[in-house]
Amino acid sequence: MPPGASIDWFPLWLSLRVAAISTALALAVGLWLAWTLANRTFRGKEVLDAAVTLPLVLPPTVLGYYLLVLLGRASPIGQLYEWLFGGPLVFTWQAAVVASLFHSTPLLVKSARAAFESVDRSYERAARNLGATELRLFWRVTLPLVRRSVLAAAALAFARSLGDFGVTLMIAGNIPGRTQTVSIAIYDAVEGGNGAAARLMVLIVSALALAILTLANRLTSNPFGPRQTAL
Amino acid sequence: MIQARIRKQYAAGPDSAGFSLDLEFRAAAGVTVLFGSSGAGKTLALDSIAGFVRPDEGRILLDDEILFDGAAGVHLAPRARHCGYVFQNYALFPHMTLRQNLEFAVERAPRLGRHRQVTEMLEKFHLSDVAGRRPYQLSGGQKQRCSIARALIGAPRLLLLDEPGRGLDAPLKAEFYSVLRQVRQEFGTPMLLVTHDTGECAALADEMVVLREGRAVQSGTPRKVFEQPANVDVARLFGLYNLLQVEIRSLDPGRNASRLRYQDFELTGPYFPGRLIGDQVWLFVRPDRLSVAPRNGRPAFNQIPATLLRTVEKIECLRLEFSGGIGVDVPVGESEKYSGVKDWAIEFPSQDLRIL
Repeated sequence: MPPGASIDWFPLWLSLRVAAISTALALAVGLWLAWTLANRTFRGKEVLDAAVTLPLVLPPTVLGYYLLVLLGRASPIGQLYEWLFGGPLVFTWQAAVVASLFHSTPLLVKSARAAFESVDRSYERAARNLGATELRLFWRVTLPLVRRSVLAAAALAFARSLGDFGVTLMIAGNIPGRTQTVSIAIYDAVEGGNGAAARLMVLIVSALALAILTLANRLTSNPFGPRQTAL
Repeated sequence: MIQARIRKQYAAGPDSAGFSLDLEFRAAAGVTVLFGSSGAGKTLALDSIAGFVRPDEGRILLDDEILFDGAAGVHLAPRARHCGYVFQNYALFPHMTLRQNLEFAVERAPRLGRHRQVTEMLEKFHLSDVAGRRPYQLSGGQKQRCSIARALIGAPRLLLLDEPGRGLDAPLKAEFYSVLRQVRQEFGTPMLLVTHDTGECAALADEMVVLREGRAVQSGTPRKVFEQPANVDVARLFGLYNLLQVEIRSLDPGRNASRLRYQDFELTGPYFPGRLIGDQVWLFVRPDRLSVAPRNGRPAFNQIPATLLRTVEKIECLRLEFSGGIGVDVPVGESEKYSGVKDWAIEFPSQDLRIL
């Protein structure tokens, strides 16, 4: 770093903000999807499951391309957004939120589904037998039983959002001070020969990811005393 | 009073055999036990009544309310059935304290009455001191009482219990039986209990229904069912009797007598109405009704010679196991009398012989 040059912290703040918002949205959408996949039997379940997993395996550029087509200014959704909010969605920080959402939700759904499936069915039967509606059963029994696993899944989703590069680049672009997230800023810094800034941001992101993973691991151990079984 | 006619079919899959439940029974006040070995369909019947499983056909009536009617398409949700359910693993919510577990069951009741109701219930089941603890901090007996209290607090019209004694050691079982007796006295809630334990059946049941391969094969008071099993399969389920295949050689209603041929020996029994000479039947006799005598020469009247294979110490008796699958129960403490002597004559008392 040349003497006197300061580090631009905007990409880091933007990344944190984008990751926080997309994790909140991923929780709302992902929990519903995970619960549905874990508890309901319906036609097309396999297809839905595959579709939810798809962003995990597709190249980020492919996912980005789809989103660009789906949310671009020429698309109905893009036009609706423009009409509602007075400006296009693509190449804004909100687009980075959408990118993160698609990038991280599959991970949350996978972990949360496994958590929902691990709940002893007798708890759910007991709740129904004791007069609970499905909604009350979910909020009072199922969700508290899996809350640590769900929080761990949310932490993983947050960490993954923080690291998104390809999808964000495709639909939010790389506009310094507006849509440049930390991973894109690192790429830029390396390209521009600003090794010191790149190193610092790499270290910060790595430390954050390590802290989040440690938290996630802690959350998934020892939920309700010595045993989580029904006995 | 519960009246149930339940049909449910499960097709065979790649890793499971098919199963069909076709059951009809009724249960009034007191404790009715659904008895059968595992896989007989007992829990499936209980789950159908609770509403966890939807039968293919049939009708389930609790008092005057239809819980399920296959023809009319009625299938009430479990929460609308007012049946308490005590799960085999208790299913106490691990993230709630004991008090919260009970409160969960009366959340729809007014707040003031709710608190009183829970407190009363905790007192009745001696749980007040541990009300603030989570299930994992409780002893087995406390968890059991809590699960029964939670099932009863909503004043159900029927209490369903799924193998509640399974895996309990003897003191816990005794405690559990006394809690159920207390429930019967204080609450008067009819109970339908599933078990494969003859001891539990004898200790608790007012009436029992024997299930085998998804069908009810016999019902009645435990005494009646144990004394006169409907067929050899039911008798085997109890594991209680000496079952011998015999042929009826003569029947004399005038003297209330019959002669039966077992291998090369003849036995005299009571008159068996409805049977014909030449019928091949299963004879059974309870092990505690038989007696043994040392064998000297030819066996005497109604005696069969047998070789003593082993003796088995039990808590309440000493079981002598003879060749031919015959077991005799004698008082504890007589084991010395039987050691070293192999040849015995077993005496069959005429009036205790039953046939299937």
